[in-house]
Amino acid sequence: MVDTAPTTTPAEQRAAKRHPGRAPKGYSMRTLPGFSVIALFTMIVLYAPIMILVIYSFNEGTSLAIWEGFSLRWYRQAAANEAVQDAAIRSLYLAFIASSIGTVAATMAALATTRTRRFPGKTMIYALINQPLMVPEIVTAVALLIVFATIKVWTGHTSMIYLIVAHTAFCIPFAYLPIRARLETMDMSLETAARDLYASPWLTFRKVTLPLMWPGIVAGLMLAFVISLDTVVITEFVKSAGQETLPTYMLGQLRRVVTPEVNAISTVILAAGAILVALFFRLTQRKG
Amino acid sequence: MIDIDNVTKVFGAGDAAFTALSEVSVTIAENEFFTLLGPSGCGKTTLLRLIAGFEPPTAGAIRLGGRDITRLPPNQRPVNTVFQSYALFPHMSVAQNIAFGLEMLGKPKAEVKSTVDDMLRLVRMEAMRDRRTSEISGGQQQRVALARALAPHPEVLLLDEPLSALDLKLRKEMQIELKRLQSETGITFVFVTHDQEEALTMSDRVAVMSAGEILQVGPPRDIYERPAERFVANFIGESNFLNADLAGDSVTLAAGGTFPVRRPDGVRDGKVSVLVRPEHITLGGAGDTLRSTIENVVYSGEATVAHMVLPTGEPIKARLSNAPQGDGALPGAGSQVTIGLAPGAITVLRD
Repeated sequence: MVDTAPTTTPAEQRAAKRHPGRAPKGYSMRTLPGFSVIALFTMIVLYAPIMILVIYSFNEGTSLAIWEGFSLRWYRQAAANEAVQDAAIRSLYLAFIASSIGTVAATMAALATTRTRRFPGKTMIYALINQPLMVPEIVTAVALLIVFATIKVWTGHTSMIYLIVAHTAFCIPFAYLPIRARLETMDMSLETAARDLYASPWLTFRKVTLPLMWPGIVAGLMLAFVISLDTVVITEFVKSAGQETLPTYMLGQLRRVVTPEVNAISTVILAAGAILVALFFRLTQRKG
Repeated sequence: MIDIDNVTKVFGAGDAAFTALSEVSVTIAENEFFTLLGPSGCGKTTLLRLIAGFEPPTAGAIRLGGRDITRLPPNQRPVNTVFQSYALFPHMSVAQNIAFGLEMLGKPKAEVKSTVDDMLRLVRMEAMRDRRTSEISGGQQQRVALARALAPHPEVLLLDEPLSALDLKLRKEMQIELKRLQSETGITFVFVTHDQEEALTMSDRVAVMSAGEILQVGPPRDIYERPAERFVANFIGESNFLNADLAGDSVTLAAGGTFPVRRPDGVRDGKVSVLVRPEHITLGGAGDTLRSTIENVVYSGEATVAHMVLPTGEPIKARLSNAPQGDGALPGAGSQVTIGLAPGAITVLRD
């Protein structure tokens, strides 16, 4: 060991005196100057507006700024609103179909990019799969608008298929990331061992690869579901008349009268999203 | 039993091509404990993977019991592998791991169960049958990996450095255990290791490999006592290499003295390298003629090693057993001693 003279804070020096011979391990949060101030500021910026939104969803009055007492009035109103019901069902339907198809495609892509020999263009394919994460959503939306508008005029067909295609495509990279991450931590020799123990390629996939990558697939599915549920720009550009999803409905409402009904809907979506994200972390952090 | 016939394996292509095995030929007999020994990167694991069917050879053929299996996928070969990392299935219990191969072969349920029970008994893991593989120790995982590979009763068991992750004491136990399993099951074992001591103690025959070639194949005693090449001698055990002149059936050392030797095939009269193992050298015996100067004396428990220099400048070391209650008094550094060579101590090397 080389004896260096690292710059230490007085607190660390005191700690070193108390525990002689023990090297300080990394930084201590408590001794970093300004840590608590920055942490507090960040937490406020991240969560205070959301807290206010949630609190005012329970407001008795119509105001978003003046508290008039607790009530579930806006939840009842949102639940009874046919436009909200319609948009909610469409959102869930769209998210379910798009995330399912997207996850199947992402699973196959993840297998192809981790379980095959190097082939020319492998890196390129990896970049292409992740590209939608880097392209601004508005660019994707405008591009889809132009293409789909032409097709709509040409065929006269205006079903949900355009939204399904757009959401599926948008979901794939989000589903791909956790699945690929899972596959990369999996020991390839497990599949070799299965082949060695008389399993055909298909049985190896079904009995070993699939069960082990399953947490990654479920995590990918949930992430894709939340992303689809949440996407507003692409939906706004691609949807045909009458195809409101919850986010586009809320956007439309905000342009007219703002009532705590929007807060109530937001709170429900937030709760659903929080549950899914919590499950996502549970699944991705569990070691196989 | 296993015929490796002129097998070559090249990884990559063009400038990045790497020849892992070049024209390797060897025959492994039925019921043999055969060891592939060599430093890392010598191609021993590649050869094992070719026998298992995980990689196809670039050229050459592999036959098992006379049948060509060169292009057969791994799941159709009656060959099982114990992996260096064990590769136990983490989502299955100990018993499910052992049953996997039998189930894939489509054995009836009752037979699978009784074979799994037999295997658990064989490796002394009955108490652990329902444990997860993450809940058992490294040595136990090793035994489960062994039981899983033996359960389908393969014709050949391949073992890829299976003991390297274990500590010394456990490794010694497992060496004996492996030997017992091999004689109890009658299965041909092909064992890969870089540990020369492991190879010598366990094997019926050893193949010493270097840079994609097999340099020498033979029983442990031959490999140790009559290495054909400097690499083999150097890799296995401790060695002194001396310059000498070969004439007929005797050599004259550059440092002096003429000794009878076994003349290996294909070595011509003239300048040669010879090997003398340090434990075959004695100090200060009557009639010794070779003189040397002691440089350093190292006590190491059961033996004392004397590092010396011959008048020709060649270094030579002697390993001397320590007598009970001996004072171990060897002449100190700088003293002159005479050294003697046991009969047959000199081995002529091919290179």
